[in-house]
Amino acid sequence: MRAIWIIARLTIAEAARRRILWVLLGLTLLSVTLTTWGVERLVSLAREGDASEFEVQFGVSQVLILVAFMFSFVLAMTAAFLGAPAVAADLESGVAHAMLARPIRRADLIVGRWIGLVAIVVAYAAGSGLLEIATVRFVSGYTPPEPLLAVVFLSAQAVVLLTLAMLLSTRLPAIASGAVCVVVFGLGWMAGVFAGIGRFFNAGPLVDVAEASRWLLPSDGLWRGTIYALEPPAVVLTALGRGGPAAAANPFFATAWPPTPFLVWSIGWTLLIMGAAAFSLGRRDL
Amino acid sequence: MADAVIDTHGLAKRYGKTDALIDLTLRVDAGEIFGFLGPNGAGKTTAVKLLLGLARPTGGGGTVLGAPLGDRTARQGIGYLPELFRYQPWLKAREVLELHAALRTVDGGARTPKQAIDAALADVGLADRADDVVGGFSKGMQQRLGLAVALLGVPRLVVLDEPTSALDPVGRADVRSIVRRARDAGSTILLNSHLLTEVERVCDRVAIVDHGRVLASGAITDLLGDSTVRIHVTDLPGEAVRALAGFGQAAMGDDGWLSIAGVDTDRIPELVATLVGAGGRVHAVDPGRASLEDLFLRLVRGGETPRTDA
Repeated sequence: MRAIWIIARLTIAEAARRRILWVLLGLTLLSVTLTTWGVERLVSLAREGDASEFEVQFGVSQVLILVAFMFSFVLAMTAAFLGAPAVAADLESGVAHAMLARPIRRADLIVGRWIGLVAIVVAYAAGSGLLEIATVRFVSGYTPPEPLLAVVFLSAQAVVLLTLAMLLSTRLPAIASGAVCVVVFGLGWMAGVFAGIGRFFNAGPLVDVAEASRWLLPSDGLWRGTIYALEPPAVVLTALGRGGPAAAANPFFATAWPPTPFLVWSIGWTLLIMGAAAFSLGRRDL
Repeated sequence: MADAVIDTHGLAKRYGKTDALIDLTLRVDAGEIFGFLGPNGAGKTTAVKLLLGLARPTGGGGTVLGAPLGDRTARQGIGYLPELFRYQPWLKAREVLELHAALRTVDGGARTPKQAIDAALADVGLADRADDVVGGFSKGMQQRLGLAVALLGVPRLVVLDEPTSALDPVGRADVRSIVRRARDAGSTILLNSHLLTEVERVCDRVAIVDHGRVLASGAITDLLGDSTVRIHVTDLPGEAVRALAGFGQAAMGDDGWLSIAGVDTDRIPELVATLVGAGGRVHAVDPGRASLEDLFLRLVRGGETPRTDA
């Protein structure tokens, strides 16, 4: 356990010393400032134009979901490109050889790296997500129903991709691991869209394949949790009433929380991939 | 007999269709500086990785510090300088040592970990750069830092893989002193190198490997054999040459150089005095001892039967 915490602290210190944290912080402040300014302008224009308060709230909730999608994408990229070199770069440079010749397990390196990177990603997700929600509330008066859960789902999605990137980096070069992770993330998101459309058209095989893909990589299912946490209940009821199954095909709309078995699977999936990463590095000749 | 720090039997490693190591049988005793020699691609680094558990053998086996190869707890007693040394470039030199001290739980004996770190930095000549970031170090300084990491806390076994590859002649001389001091402090040293002069100057015993096999091993003096002394002498009567049989096998060349094979080097002054006493005029004496390089080249080029002391 001691070695795990040493490596976790080292990982966080590396992110701080190499200015990764500061770059993320700067980009977050810039993004939050620009999007908040945009929301404030939209709200002011809508209120000047006799829009009802429901319409204003609906509009802000949709903008917030789009901003959350932008953050989810940035977080996914951040997770992929933090996780991809976490092991591969150290193996390529030889840094890992000196450390793994010490009396530590290779699994300690994986778990320590993972804890450190998860701390960074979750802190970034929580900081940027809650700051965005707070500033939007300040300029529009709109508060999503479950802001904390939105951040939890946003973080979970990033953790899933981070874990996958670390598994890949035990066997592939850092750049290849990152690239594969980004492509898989995109495919997972598209699988979610196809599943919704397939359901609307009752296209059984398409739904089956798309659903299987979503379980193979749970990032899109977790993204749906973020959306649901940000949607006002009235919007959900109205959309379902008007659009029914068609509304579910919208990649920026969710009709319900992700089911509990899926959430349990997501946790199990993450632990499974972590175990696979430890096994993969453990079996590798350095 | 001293305890075996490294003891391997028929150790082999195959990568795909390539045999990196075929049959490594090796014994390194406690308290010695052991040179592991071979040309590039001979299997030296592969052998080191097997000893440290960084790679798994495909045949044979052995022990390091009394534990099976790859044993995690045995690595508590090992310091290692990798061939491709590189340390976190964003850490300060002292922080690199603190990291490795923490990973190994350095027991500095009477010293605190901080004192052990200060001592290691001073030993390799980096005391005044302790708080500088490693990324700004030259390759030679990074290699010195790697030596400090390997020697930290006086490990029972220090494995140095090409420790002088990035160093200038002054740095190489420093490393020889550092290695000897580490041995005197109680460490056993495995020095993996293809720099023969370095090995010859510092090692007690060597093993020469090529194509994954040990070609020869033993004490350097035993491997090099007896000396052949060459003496440039004139005006020496023919019967005087025959009278030198007590020193070794003597033969006078046409160029005025007298060769005497198998001479005990301690008897060279006596030999010269005998020649002068017989009326010869001595112009030059060449101890003419074969170098490790001569032996290495003969073995690697296949001109000599392998021999070992095992």
